[in-house]
Amino acid sequence: MSGERLLNFAIRYGFLILLIGMVLFFSFAANGFASPRSAVFVLQSVAITGILALGVTCTLVVDGFDLSIGAVATSALMLSAYSMVILEQSAFTAIVLCLLMGAFVGLVNGILIVKFRVPDLLATLGMMFLLIGLQRIPTQGNSIATGMSLSADSVAEGVFSPAFLWLGRHRFDLVIERLVPVPVVIFLVIALAIWAFLSLTRHGRLMYAIGSNERAAALVGTPVSRYKIAAYMISGVTASIGGILLAARLGRGDIASGTNLLLDSVAAALIGFAVLGAARPNAFGTVVGALFVGILLQGMTMMNAPYYTQDFVKGAVLVVALVFTFYLSSRRGAGGKV
Amino acid sequence: MAKALEISGLEKSFGRNHVLRGIDLVLRSREVTVLMGANGAGKSTLVKVICGYHSADGGSLELAGEPFHPQDAADAISKGVVTVHQSIDDGVIPDLDVANNLMLDRLAKPGSGLFVRERKMRREARRIAESMGLHLDVTARVADLEVADRQMIAIARAMVGDPKLLILDEPTSSLSATEADRLFSLIDRLRDQGVAILYISHRMSDIRRIADRIVTMRDGAVSGVFEADNLDYEGAVTAMLGHRMTEVDIDPVAVDTPILQLNDIVLRQGAAPIDASFHDGEVVAITGLLGSGKTRLAEILFGLAEPLAGRLRLDGKPYAPRSAREAVSSGVFMSPKDRAANAVIGAFDIADNMTLPFLEAFSRLSFVKTRAQRNAADGMIDRIGVVCQSAEDGIGTLSGGNQQKAMIARWLLKPCRALLLDEPFQGVDIGARRDIGRHIRQTAKGRTTIVFVAEIDEALEIADRIVILNEGAVAGEHINRDIDLTRMVAEVSGQQDAA
Ligand SMILES: Nc1ncnc2c1ncn2[C@@H]1O[C@H](COP(=O)(O)OP(=O)(O)OP(=O)(O)O)[C@@H](O)[C@H]1O
Ligand SMILES: [Mg+2]
Repeated sequence: MSGERLLNFAIRYGFLILLIGMVLFFSFAANGFASPRSAVFVLQSVAITGILALGVTCTLVVDGFDLSIGAVATSALMLSAYSMVILEQSAFTAIVLCLLMGAFVGLVNGILIVKFRVPDLLATLGMMFLLIGLQRIPTQGNSIATGMSLSADSVAEGVFSPAFLWLGRHRFDLVIERLVPVPVVIFLVIALAIWAFLSLTRHGRLMYAIGSNERAAALVGTPVSRYKIAAYMISGVTASIGGILLAARLGRGDIASGTNLLLDSVAAALIGFAVLGAARPNAFGTVVGALFVGILLQGMTMMNAPYYTQDFVKGAVLVVALVFTFYLSSRRGAGGKV
Repeated sequence: MAKALEISGLEKSFGRNHVLRGIDLVLRSREVTVLMGANGAGKSTLVKVICGYHSADGGSLELAGEPFHPQDAADAISKGVVTVHQSIDDGVIPDLDVANNLMLDRLAKPGSGLFVRERKMRREARRIAESMGLHLDVTARVADLEVADRQMIAIARAMVGDPKLLILDEPTSSLSATEADRLFSLIDRLRDQGVAILYISHRMSDIRRIADRIVTMRDGAVSGVFEADNLDYEGAVTAMLGHRMTEVDIDPVAVDTPILQLNDIVLRQGAAPIDASFHDGEVVAITGLLGSGKTRLAEILFGLAEPLAGRLRLDGKPYAPRSAREAVSSGVFMSPKDRAANAVIGAFDIADNMTLPFLEAFSRLSFVKTRAQRNAADGMIDRIGVVCQSAEDGIGTLSGGNQQKAMIARWLLKPCRALLLDEPFQGVDIGARRDIGRHIRQTAKGRTTIVFVAEIDEALEIADRIVILNEGAVAGEHINRDIDLTRMVAEVSGQQDAA
C-alpha cells in the first residue's frame, strides 16, 4: 500500500528532509549562510550542548534521566577556574579534577537511583541544586578571574594557562586557515565514540535492553545496576568536558554562564528520537538534533530575526520532532530494530 | 438464536503480511464460540479488529443487524463489545490500585462527575470483585499483584461494562485451575444472561469445559466449524493444524550422572524438606497447583530467592547462586514464566531478543557480530518454528505464542548444565508444543532439564519423570510410563492420604 509506504518514509526520513530543506532555504535567503565559516560557526555553537546531550542520551537509553548535567558543566567551569586562578595549579591538574568531579557526581547519582531507589528525576534534580549551591560557596557567589581580591590584602594571582585556553580557542587549519575550533573536534570524537558504544557494542545493546524491560534484562544475567551507574557516570564525565570547554572559551570562571545548557541539550536528545524513525534515544539522532537547533538559530540570526524569538523557535522544533516520533510511529505499530 | 455479531469477508494486512484473508463468522447470543488456531493464525488480529484497535482493510461487521465500525476501544465498549486482551497489561493500569482499575470505565464515562468519591468507589469495586470471587485488597497497587490476580482484574473490568459480546483472548494462560474454574462459572452465568462469547484458547481442558461451538482458523481463514452437542475435538485440532496431530511417545531414559542435587531444601515454614537429584539427559516435570512452591523452587535454583534451609549441588560442587547472573555463569539457565513482564525486550527485534543472554559470545572486542547473531537466530527460528517474516522483525509484531517460542529458543542457543523452563508453553499451540517438546527431548543430552508446568497434560508430553509438589513439599513422584492418573491428580490436589 502506498499510504503505508509514505508514512514509513515520512517517519524515517522526514526529519532529515526537513533539515536539508532548512539548509537550502537559509542558503538562498541569508547572505553568507552557505560558507565553510558559517558551517563551522554552527558546529561551534552546538559543540558544548551537543556533548552534554550525548551524555544525557546514555541515561535516556537506560530509561533514566539526568537533570544535573547543566550544573555539572557549570561546576566544572568554576572548578577549573578555581584550581588555576586561586590554587595556581596546572591546566592538566584542572582538567583531571573536573573529569573526576563529573565521574563522581555521576557515581553518586547512579547510587542514589540504583541503591537508594530515589526516582531519577528527583535524584538528579537534588544533585542539580546541590551543585549550583556548592559552586558558589568558595567564592561567596562571585565569578573567578585573575586579580580578584581574596581577602583584605591578597589577590588571586593564578592565570588560565595557555594550554587550557588552547582547548577553547585554538582553530585547526582545514583547507582554509584557522577553520576548525578544538571543541568541534572534541564534539565529533565524543559523538563517534558514544555512537559506536551505544549501537555497535554489546554494552550498548544491554543498556537498551535495560531501558526497554529492566526485569527481563536482569533475568538473563545482565548486571543492571552496574550499567545504570555507568550511564550516569558517562553523563557526568561528558558534562564536565562541556564545562571545561566552556571555561576555556570564556577564560574566566563566570558564575552566570551556562544557564541554557540543560534545556538545550535535553531538547537535542529528545529531537534525536525523531531522526531516522528511531523512536528511541540514539547518538546519531542527538547530534542531528543539536545541529538542527544550531542551524535554525544561526540562519535566523543571519536573517536578522530578533534574539528573543529563539526560544520560541526551539520550542516549536521540539514539538514538531515529538509529533514525528510519537504520533507517526504509533500509527505504524510496535517494534523495530536498534 | 439471535445473531450478535456477523463478520463477512474481513481482510487485514500488516505490510506484505496478509494476516486475515476473508473471514466469515457469526457469533450468536447465549453461545460460547471457541476460536482455535495455530500460533500466528490471526486470532488476536481478528479480535483487535472487532474491538476497534486495528481498522480492517476490507469486509464488514454487523452488530445486532446494524453496521458496526468501532473507531477505538472506547467506542466498541460503549456499544457493548468488551475485550480482554492476550497481553494482560493492555487490560489494567499497573500504577493504579485495584479499585481504580475496576472502576476505570465508569470514571472515563462522560458525565460521571468531576470529583472522585473514593469511599463510594471502593465500596462499588469491592462488590464487583466479590461477585467474581476475587478476595483481595482493593487498595493494593495492581503492579504489585500476581499475574493471575491481574488477569482476573482485567476480566472483572470487562464485566463492569455490561457486555453484549465478550471476547476473551487466552484468558487462562496464566491462571491456575481454581481461578480458571471461577472464570468458567462466570462465563456460564453470562451466557445464561444472553451474552455472546468469543473464547480463544490453546488449552483443550478449557475448550472441553466451555465450548458450545468451535471455529478453527488456519493461515488467516476459517478452516472448520464444529457445532452441536457432539463436538469433534480431534477434528478441530486437525482442521486448525492442517494435519493430524503427532502422537507423543515417551520412552523414559535411564539415568546415571546427577547434575543438580537438592539436599534438604525447605521451601516454606513447616514444609517437609526436599531431597532430589536431576540427572544428565533427563527431562523432569515439576507440577502442582498455584502456591505449591513450583515458582519458589525455580527461583531458588536460579538464584532469585534463598531456601529457608538446605543446600544445592551442581556437578557435585556446592552451588549457591545469589543472582540470575551467577546462575547463568554457572551454566544454569531459566526461561521465566509471564514473558511480557520477565522476558520480552519490546524494543528489540527477534535476533536481539534471542541472543540477549549470550551477547558476549556474539561479540568480538565488545563489538556485536551482527552476522553471527542473525545466523544463530535464523537457525533457531527454523528449528522451533517461529512464524515470522525474518529475524529482524520487531518482537512486538509476533503473535503471542510465537513470542513465547522465541523466549524458549533464547535459552536453547547455547549448551548449559541445567535448563529450567517455567511454564514454557504459555500461549503455545498444541502442535507447536509437541514440536518444541520433541526438540527439548532430542537435545537433552549433556544437561538436565526441569520443566515447571501446572497442566498435567503438558507434563506427560515432555517429561521422563514427574515430580508433584503440594504445599511446598514433594507429594509424589512418577516415572512417565503407565502412570496412574487418578492417583496423580489426587496428589496434586493434596488428597492422596484420603484416597
Ligand atoms: N502489529 C503487527 N505488525 C505486524 N505484524 C503483525 C502485527 N500483529 C500481528 N502481526 C502478524 O499477524 C499474524 C497473526 O498474528 P496474531 O497475533 O493474530 O496471531 P494469533 O492467532 O493470535 O496467534 P497466538 O496463538 O500466538 O496468539 C502473525 O504473523 C503476526 O506476526
Ligand atoms: Mg494471539
